[in-house]
Order: sequence, then C-alpha cells, then structure tokens
Amino acid sequence: MVYVGALSALLDIEHQVLKDIIASEFAKKPKLIPLNEYALQLGIDYAKKNYACPLPIKVERRDLIGDLIVMEGNAATGLGAIYGGATVAAWYPITPSTSVVGGFEKYANKLRIDKETGAKKFAVVQAEDELAAIGMAIGANWNGARGFTATSGPGLSLMNEFLGLAYFAEIPVVLVDVQRGGPSTGMPTRTQQSDILMAAYASHGDTKHVLLFPCNPKECFEHTALAFDYADRYQTPVIVMTDLDLGMNEHLSPPLVWNDERQYDKGKVLSAAQLDTVAKWGRYLDVDGDGIPYRTIPGTHPSKGSFFTRGSSHDEFARYTEDSNDYVKSMDRLNVKWETIKNEIIEPEIYQQKNEHSIGIIFFGTTTYAALEAMDLLKEEGIETDALRITSFPFSASILEFIDAHETVFVIEQNRDAQMKKILTQELEVHPKKLVSVLNYDGMPITANYIHKTIEEKLKATISKPQLV
Amino acid sequence: MTYIKPKFHHPELPTNRLGYTKKEYEGVISTLCAGCGHDSISAAIVQSCFEMNIEPHKVAKMSGIGCSSKTPAYFLSNSHGFNSVHGRMPSVATGANLANCDLLYLGVSGDGDSASIGMGQLVHAIRRNLNITYIVMNNGCYGLTKGQDSATADAGSINKTGIANEFNAIDLCGLALELGATFVARSFSGDKSQLIPLIKAAMSHKGFALIDVVSPCVTFNNNTGSTKSYDYVREHMEAVGTFDYAPYEKKSQLIMTAK
Ligand SMILES: Cc1ncc(C[n+]2csc(CCOP(=O)(O)OP(=O)(O)O)c2C)c(N)n1
Ligand code: SF4
Repeated sequence: MVYVGALSALLDIEHQVLKDIIASEFAKKPKLIPLNEYALQLGIDYAKKNYACPLPIKVERRDLIGDLIVMEGNAATGLGAIYGGATVAAWYPITPSTSVVGGFEKYANKLRIDKETGAKKFAVVQAEDELAAIGMAIGANWNGARGFTATSGPGLSLMNEFLGLAYFAEIPVVLVDVQRGGPSTGMPTRTQQSDILMAAYASHGDTKHVLLFPCNPKECFEHTALAFDYADRYQTPVIVMTDLDLGMNEHLSPPLVWNDERQYDKGKVLSAAQLDTVAKWGRYLDVDGDGIPYRTIPGTHPSKGSFFTRGSSHDEFARYTEDSNDYVKSMDRLNVKWETIKNEIIEPEIYQQKNEHSIGIIFFGTTTYAALEAMDLLKEEGIETDALRITSFPFSASILEFIDAHETVFVIEQNRDAQMKKILTQELEVHPKKLVSVLNYDGMPITANYIHKTIEEKLKATISKPQLV
Repeated sequence: MTYIKPKFHHPELPTNRLGYTKKEYEGVISTLCAGCGHDSISAAIVQSCFEMNIEPHKVAKMSGIGCSSKTPAYFLSNSHGFNSVHGRMPSVATGANLANCDLLYLGVSGDGDSASIGMGQLVHAIRRNLNITYIVMNNGCYGLTKGQDSATADAGSINKTGIANEFNAIDLCGLALELGATFVARSFSGDKSQLIPLIKAAMSHKGFALIDVVSPCVTFNNNTGSTKSYDYVREHMEAVGTFDYAPYEKKSQLIMTAK
C-alpha cells in the first residue's frame, strides 16, 4: 500500500479513487481500513518528499467506455442460444468451447425454469462424443425443438458426416465453432480462424453451409440467436464461427439488446390444419420458388405429412431414388435455396459512406479491432483505406461490389493458408492476385502493429512492380 | 414400377379399437431380397402396432444405415421416420426424445450398424436408459455391402465365401444386461408367435428395450455352416426360444424433456 501511495503521487492518481478501493476491499474487515489509508499516505508523503511529483506522464479520468460492457464471448453465445429459443444443448467437452454450454446452462437455470413447478424447461446432454452431440441436436430439431451443439476444430472434424445429412435432408441445426489452433490437436489454448474452409464445405459431396462471424460479445449473442431463425427458415445447418480469443477472453462490447416483441421465425412448418388444406404435399416440393420446401413435425397429423427423412437421394416426395433427373433437380433446388439465403443474409459492415480510396481491407471476427486500429496507423502515414467486415457466408453481393471498387484488397485473417481469401476468390470469381493476404497464425491474437507493418511492406513491394493485379 | 401399395381395400377388413385396419400400419412394398428375415420383422411390427391400437402418427421410426435400416419405409407409412447415418441412430433418437417425449420411439438397426460402427452410441443410449424399443435385425453379416462378417458372427460360422470366422461374437443381449438395460430379449424373425408378443412387450416398456432378432440374410449368409441361416436357427430353436427375463427395475428417467 505504501508503494501504491508513492505511485499515486508520481502519476497524480485521484486520491479518492484509492480510498474508495480500500473501503470496498476491506469492507468485511473495517479495522484494516484506517491502517491501509495510513500506509497509503506514508507512500504519498515519501514520494512527494523525494521526487518531483507528479511525473510528466499522468493518469487521468476519461469516459471512453461509455455504456460498454465487459463479457466473455462464450457467455454471450450461451445467452444468445437462450434468447434464440434453444431448449436442447448436446455437447462433448473441448477447449475453448466448453463455456458456451456452461453459459447456456447457467442462464437456462435462471431463465428457463417453470415458474409454478420449478421444472427445467431445457435439456443439456453431455454426449459420448461429438458425433453423438450433433446427432442429438439434429434429432431435436427434426422433432420441432431448437437444439444446438458447441465444439472446436477436432469436434467439427467429427461432425462432418452429420452436417452433410442435415444439409441434404434439410434439417435445421445450429453449431457453434469456437476455433483454436489446428491442425489435429494443434494448440488447444491458442486462437486461430482456421476452420473456415472446413466449416463452409463440411462433409463429402457437394455441400455448403451458412456461417456467421461475430466480432464481439454483443454479436456472439445476436448471431447465435439469429442462427436459430436462419436454421429454421432455411432448414439447414448454421455455424456460428467464433474463436478462442473472443470466446474465452473478456472483451469490451456494446451492451446486449433484445427486442421483446421479436417473434421466432420457425420457417415453413405445416400445422395439422394447414395439412388438411394442402392438396398434395411433398416434403421437398419447391412450392414458392425460393428453394425452401415445407416441412412437418412428427406427431402433427394422423394421416398427412409423414415421410421418411433420409440422407440418401430422394425425390420431391421424400421417396428414395437414384434417378438422375430427380437427383439433379434436388441438388439444383438446394442451389436455389442458397441464392435465397445470399439475398437475405445479414450484410457485411462497411465502414465508409462511399468507397473513396484505391486500397480496401477486408476482415472478420476477432481481427476487427486490430484491423481498425491498423487503419488509423496507416492513415497517420497518409495511407488511406476503405474497410469491409464480413459477417456471414454465403457472401452477399455487396462484398463483390466492394472488391470491384478497389484496386487492391487486403484480406486479413488468422490462419496460414488464407482460407477466407480462398473462399472469396472461389465464390465471387475474383482474380486471386487482387486479394492480398495479411496472415497471422502464431496462435496469438493478431495485432494492429502486425497488420500495419505487413500492409506497409506489401505496398512497398508493389511499388517496384507496375501493378498488384 | 411403383412401390406404393394400392390404397383400395376390402371394406370388411377387421379394424382395431381406433378403427384402423392393419393396412394402415403398413408401408410401401419392400425392395429387400425375397425371403430376407428383415421383411418378417417388418410384418411383426405392423401386426404388433395394429394389435396394440397404436396411433401411427404418434410413433417415430428411427434407423441407421443398412438393409435393416431401410425397413422403416416398409411399415407404418403414417409415422415419421428418420434414416440417419451409419451407426448413429441412437443419438438422433435421443435428441428427438428430448424434443418430444410423448412419441413412441421405435428404432431398427443392423448388427453392423449396432455392434460395430454404432457400438458407442448403442452403449450410451442403454446407459442413459433412453425410452425406445430398439430392434437389431441380426444376420451376422453386412447385407447392404455384400455380406462381410459382422461382429455378431459366431466364431467358426462359415460365410458365403466358405471362410470360417475367427473371432468371438459380440453378444448384444449379454452386453445390454451388463449395462443394466431394463428390457432385453432375443428372438428369431421366423418365429412370429414369439416375436410379436416380444415387440408388444418392448413397446409397452418405459425405458430402453432391446430385442436382438436373428434375421437371416438369404443372399449372403444362409449357407450351410452359417450359424445365422434359417436351417441352423430352426434346428437350434430351443436356444433362441429360451430368452432370459430381466426383472424391471425402476430407473429414474434421466432424459429430460424440452418443448
Ligand atoms: C460411414 C459409413 N461407412 C460405411 C458405410 C457402408 N455401409 C452401409 S450399410 C453397412 C453395413 C450394414 O450392415 P448391417 O448394419 O448389419 O445391416 P444389414 O444390411 O445386414 O441389414 C455398411 C458398412 C456407410 N453407409 N457409412
Ligand atoms: S442382402 Fe441380405 S440383408 Fe440385405 S435385403 Fe438381401 S437378404 Fe436381406
């Protein structure tokens, strides 16, 4: 305490702040308060007597935080699942995703208890492995509940086969992937964004999945809640892509907000009454032309709407078929659905009113704050940039517009193989050389200095060449 | 060719208490090999549900992958079914159960689906005392992939290629008893007088009910020397017929329900 007192004199720290801390710290042992205050004062007096106080660097009260909160991403994700209507969570423990289900259970024990009976209105199952975890989540969704699972890289690898089933049989399911350092067991306690390629195209055959990329706890909360609506609306897996840094560390975040008027979007589910009015129902009939068929929940109607859900090839009436025409038709309809998703999915965040500069930078997830800071550093040197933050996959049209509007686009990501760049190049058919990678994959969160330095170097290197493209 | 059976039927077919005829418990025409044991089990399921006055839409049919796992298409057309992935039906059934515990869960699987790739999930479903009737259509081989030995093939049993199996069989009933399953039975697809009462008992049972049904594969494992052939099983009927009775011990229903 003597040391703290001396330091406070040197840095000109407000005296009352320290006194308040002592009071709260020793609230249970009030006898110690005057003793500590005395020690504090001894330090102050010593410093003042022996040094020129205060030093040129000072501690000053500021209000830059405003109403921001501090929270771990995984807790916000768990809470997002509650607000998103999840009642079933199945999981297998793995760092760094464990606290997602922990958060879900904690909040569910407060928010999802029957007021009259005290009974739990949710289920958490610690499955025998990740295959079972996602199988349970899929079974719950198939039966009308909102179920999810949370995992990290090794678990996602195991879940591939089931993800393909959910894609092809069109069963909603939500998965949270808290990414860690790969490959294999990799660096379980380090961060990376290196599951993107696998998540986007998980499972054999032609498959693709909806991904969301939150960048702070507020978005962990919002994207997870939204994921359940998307999964139901589009009848497909939705993967929330966070990472160890966002999930397990405390982050400053805007407060979580929820509109109590909001209704869940359960998508196209037919009730018994609706089934009675439908002349010819087919589980995989594209009635509305948006690629999204109507589904039924088991137990709904005594004689209508039953079907055999299967991952084998099926016709519009869910009957097994290996007929080429039927197969191509159903695969093409899944693509129509994919286009629908593309048009409706949340937009990227664009950081300028209009594109003004020749350099654009693209980032997502936990790279966001370092990237924004790097933009400031570049600006100080006269290098001005436009920026776009990817929030979802499939990519909405505005991402291609952004890329087209710039001569050079830096894609910043936390993996070795430029996974996001690969998907951008492939899905948007842009020239690979137009996208220049800034990659950090040492397991530590990417820093503004690193981004700044790398962009600067890459720009210098291109001056000697006529063009980047 | 259509696999949909004609809806037309005789107006005087007997009905059950719910007013349904047996036809209303049937499925589409089977595409399995003529004589496959699995078809007899499907017929026994139809008969059991009819006799038990079960509302078809209150049943959820769950299966994995294999000839056996295709059978839910061949019974209870008015029930939802789920042909999941190989060996993973127990997890899907568990999740479905968590969403709605009021349905009657009927799982069908094969010996490959349950005793090899799906062993982990089967064991854990038993451990959790999942409320399901779980029928293993046990032919000692992988029918769908052309007859390789399965883990339930008896040591010394000769398969169609003439080779005797070297390994000891996994006895699913023994395993289930060891795990504390609350209903365990073994039967034979060719003995409906035994199989139907067993299915009815299993469906009345709350908790995990396993019926291991020896169900010969006529195409790949019905040869002389196979211990899962019709001839062999009929000759050894007594052994099959004397199943043990596992006393029902009330276990807490570990599975919670969420709606
Ligand atoms: C992951 C995976 N591996 C392999 C297969 C191929 N496969 C399909 S069915 C089957 C075995 C079926 O045997 P069983 O469960 O005994 O059923 P049966 O056909 O004998 O009724 C195998 C290996 C598959 N579908 N999925
Ligand atoms: S291959 Fe064997 S198990 Fe499969 S349908 Fe034919 S007889 Fe039945």
